[in-house]
Amino acid sequence: MITVNGRKISWIENETVRDLLKRMRYTFPNIVVKIDNELVKRKDYDNTLISDGAEIKMIHMISGG
Amino acid sequence: MRNRLALSLDIGKNGKFDMINRKTKILKDILKDKTVGIAGLGGLGSNAAISLVRAGVGNLILVDFDKVEQSNLNRQYYFIEQIGKFKTKALSDNIKNIDPAVNIIVHNKRLKKGEMYQPFKQADVIIEALDDADFKTSFIEENLVNYPDKKIIGASGVTGYGNTDKIELEKLGNLFLVYDKNALPSEKGVLFAPKIALIANMQADIALKVLLGDNL
Repeated sequence: MITVNGRKISWIENETVRDLLKRMRYTFPNIVVKIDNELVKRKDYDNTLISDGAEIKMIHMISGG
Repeated sequence: MRNRLALSLDIGKNGKFDMINRKTKILKDILKDKTVGIAGLGGLGSNAAISLVRAGVGNLILVDFDKVEQSNLNRQYYFIEQIGKFKTKALSDNIKNIDPAVNIIVHNKRLKKGEMYQPFKQADVIIEALDDADFKTSFIEENLVNYPDKKIIGASGVTGYGNTDKIELEKLGNLFLVYDKNALPSEKGVLFAPKIALIANMQADIALKVLLGDNL
């Protein structure tokens, strides 16, 4: 099991951050991803694997300031 | 000698108020020596800066490249006679009208990816107040990576009205995010002063918490 934005979902072996974004249907281009409070840079989405039990936050940035 | 007329404290003679005033003074003395960096001086940055100055923050790093426009006045901390001025200059003037003793370092430039973190080396805490979502994301990334010991306070989703109960605050390690995940982007949604100033002031309030810790 992993937790994404407070919701528990199944853990999939060898799933990358990019895959998880797809699975969650998060299509926004600008997202801050933190796994266990550690930032995952956008350029690392393809080579960062999700480990079982991970606490993940995916918050998309919306224009406006 | 710093002239802190605007924020001088009237210490009362009777106990309870006296104690509260003393606490306030201790907190203001801490804030006087702190530096807050603010990237973007629009609805978020200008309002956050003003509140932080009123709270007693003594040093600010302000970054923006834009000039004040008529259309900004519905939510940003500027005035009619400042239209056409650089926001860095206009906001500095407004701050000085509240507290002339505040030290302000301005960077009148557009932040470039890869060096967005650079103006904030001296900052004790950094407020992300940019407009563009891509830049917001890069700014947060760059600052978290380059300043592992600094806290970054970002905001996302500032348009709309009548739904301030949906604004969330997330603390993720060194990153605080104030956000309304259902808000429309600024190019599609309406921008009104109450919500954006509220979010700006939430950012400023978190900055105070970061700077003061659990003092008193």
